[in-house]
Amino acid sequence: MALAMTSTLALGFLAACGNTDSASGGGSSSETVKIALQAPMSGGSATLGEAIKNGAAMAVEEEKADFEEAGFSLELVEYDDQGDPQKGVSNAQIIGSDQDVYGVVAHLNSGVFIPSSEVYERYNIPSVSPASTATDVTDRNLKSVNRIVARDDFQGPAGAEYAVQEIGAKKIFVINDKTAYGQGLATAFAEAAAEEGAEIVGEAGITVGEKDFNGVLNQVSSADPDLVYFGGLYSEGGLLIKQARDNGIDAAFMGGDGMDSSTLVEIAGDTVNNVYLTSVAGDSSATEFAKNYEEEYGAKPESFSIYGYDSAKVLMEGILDAAKENGGKLPAKDKVATAVRAIDDYEGEMTQVSFDDKGDNEFAKIFIYKFDEASYPAKIQGEISQ
Amino acid sequence: MTQVWDTLPQVLIDGLTLGAIYAIIALGYTMVYGILELINFAHGEIFMAGAFIGTAVLIGLTGLGWVAVMPAIFILLLVLVITGGLTGMLGMGIERLAYRPLRKASKLITLITAIGVSFLLQDIVRFITETQQNNYIVNTPSLFPGSLSISGLNIRYSFLVVIIVAILMMIALEFFVNRTKWGLAMRAVAQDQDTASLMSVNVNKVISVTFFVGSALGGATGVLFAIHYGTIDPYIGFILGLKAFTAAVLGGIGNIRGAMAGGMLLGLLEMFAAANLSAITAGLLSSEYKDVFAFAILILVLIFRPEGLFGRAAIEKV
Repeated sequence: MALAMTSTLALGFLAACGNTDSASGGGSSSETVKIALQAPMSGGSATLGEAIKNGAAMAVEEEKADFEEAGFSLELVEYDDQGDPQKGVSNAQIIGSDQDVYGVVAHLNSGVFIPSSEVYERYNIPSVSPASTATDVTDRNLKSVNRIVARDDFQGPAGAEYAVQEIGAKKIFVINDKTAYGQGLATAFAEAAAEEGAEIVGEAGITVGEKDFNGVLNQVSSADPDLVYFGGLYSEGGLLIKQARDNGIDAAFMGGDGMDSSTLVEIAGDTVNNVYLTSVAGDSSATEFAKNYEEEYGAKPESFSIYGYDSAKVLMEGILDAAKENGGKLPAKDKVATAVRAIDDYEGEMTQVSFDDKGDNEFAKIFIYKFDEASYPAKIQGEISQ
Repeated sequence: MTQVWDTLPQVLIDGLTLGAIYAIIALGYTMVYGILELINFAHGEIFMAGAFIGTAVLIGLTGLGWVAVMPAIFILLLVLVITGGLTGMLGMGIERLAYRPLRKASKLITLITAIGVSFLLQDIVRFITETQQNNYIVNTPSLFPGSLSISGLNIRYSFLVVIIVAILMMIALEFFVNRTKWGLAMRAVAQDQDTASLMSVNVNKVISVTFFVGSALGGATGVLFAIHYGTIDPYIGFILGLKAFTAAVLGGIGNIRGAMAGGMLLGLLEMFAAANLSAITAGLLSSEYKDVFAFAILILVLIFRPEGLFGRAAIEKV
C-alpha cells in the first residue's frame, strides 16, 4: 500500500518535471524506448492474446515513471500476430526496422514465436515469451530469445512426480494419441513415473478423430491401474474419460495442458471428476496483480495475463540495467539482449526469473490442477519446481 | 492368453456396436456402387450430417419438453424418421446436382466430384455449428443413459438400441430390395441400365430412389452413433466412411449381404485388435496397430477372394 502511494507521488512529481522541461523548450533529453508486443488479438485464441496484451500494458504503465527518471519516454506498441507464423514474421520485420524498439513481449504460440524470433535475433532485439512452451524455442540457443514459462518436456516428469508422490499411484496405464505432442508427453511421463517407482501396467495408442475407445479401455480395465495418463488433446481426452467411467473404470486420470479446455468438461460432463491436469500457467487469482487488473479492465485476468506482465517487467529491467552500464545513455540493442539474459533472481508477481544460458527460466514451474465437478476451470492442487 | 478370454465378451459387445455402424454405412456405399459403379465418397459425410441433424432435432425436442414426457423409444423413432427423410433428400439432391450431369463422364471424374462434395458437406456443417456455438464439437443429449451390469459385463442400454435398430434397418432393406417392385427395378438397373430402360424402367427415378434409401439409412446410422457415443464433430464421417467402404469391399462391393457381414467382421476385428494386440504379441505391438491388423486381414481375404467374401466374380460384358 505504502509502495503504491509513493509511486503515485513520484508519478505526479515527474509529470510536473516533464511539463517544465517542454516549457523551457530545450527538451531533447527524453529519448523514446518502445516495447513491442506480439500476440493473437483476433482469431481463435484472441482472448488469451488480449489478456497477455493487457498484462503487458499494465507493466509498461507502471514502469513509465522509472524510465522518465532515467531520461527515456516509454511506449508500448502492439501487433496482432493472428496466431499465424507468416503474420508474426512480417510483424517482426516491422518491429525490427523500428529503431526505438528495445524488447518484445513475444507471442502466445510457439509455432509463431519460433520463426519470428529468427528475425528478432537478426536485429538483436531481446524477446521474452510469456507462454511459448515448445522445446525448440530455446533449444536453438539464440542469444536474444527467452521465456518465463516452463518447457514442454518438463510437463511429463512433473506430472509423474505428482502422480506418484502426491496421488500415490502405483500402477499406471499410459495412453497417447500418436501425435508428436501426445507421444512426447506420454513417453516423458512414463519414463519419469517408472523412475519414481511406479509400475507402468500398459501402454496404448488411439487415433485422433475416432470416437470409440472401448478396445483400449478393455485393456485398461483388465490391467486395473490406479491412474491413467493420457497424452493428447481435450476432444479425445474427454471421450476417453467418459467411456472409461461408462465401463466402470474409476481410476484417476491425468493429462497435459492439451486437455485444459472447457470443451473437455462439456464432453465428459459429470464423469470429469478425479481428473488431473498439468499446466505451465499458475493461478494468479490471489495476487495484487489480479486485483489491479480487475480494477483496470473490469474483468478477471486470464491464466497468461500475469505472465505478460512479468515478461514486460523483465524486459524493462534488462533495458534499465543496460542503460546504467552505458552511463545512463541508451545502450546498443545487443547490450540490452545480454542484460536481459543476465537477469538473476528477479522477483516477478507470478514467478521468480533467472535465465539460464539458453533463455529458459530456472524458476519456471508446472502447476497441477484437478477437476472435482463438471465446471471449468479446474482447481489448483499444487506446483512442481524444476 | 487368459486376459484375451476374460475380455472377450466385452470385446464382442463393443465390436458388434462398431460393426453394426460400419455395416449400415457400408450398405450405402455398396448400393450406389451396385447401381452406378460409383464410389460415393460423400456417403461418410451424409452419415455425419445425419448425426448433426439428429442431434439438432433431439435438442429441439428437449427444448419443447417432449423428451421429458414421452417414452424415449418414441422420441428415437421420431428423430430417426425426420433425420432419415432429410438425409435421404440430401443424398438425392447431391446425386441430381453433382453426379447426374457427369453420368456419361469417366468414372474418375465422378469419383473426384464425390470427394469434393464430401469436403463441401464437412465445411457447411462446421460453419453452421460454429454460428450456434463457439466450437464445432457437439454433445448429443443421452436418450438412453445407464447400463446393465451382468457378471462384470457392461452392457449399455444404448448398445441394445443400436443393435436392434441396426438389425431392423437391415431386415427392412433386404425386404425392400428383394420383395418390392422398386427393389426389382433397382436390381434390374444394377444389372443392365440400357436393357432396364427398354423394359420401361425409369432409370433416373430408380437411381434417385437408391440414393434416397442409402442416404436415409446412413443418416439414421448417424443418429444411432450420436446417441451411443454422445460426441460428434464435422469430421467423424471421414474415418468411419473409409472403414465402412473397406467393409463393403471386404464383403464384396455391390452385394448387400456382403456389406452387412463385412461391416460386422471389420468392427469385431478392430475391437479385438485394440483390446488384445499387445497381449497376443507380448507387448511388441500395442493397440495403435489395430487398423494395421484389421487391414492386413482385409488384404489376406482379397488375395484369396478378390471379389470379396460374398461377391461373385464379374463376367466381363462383351
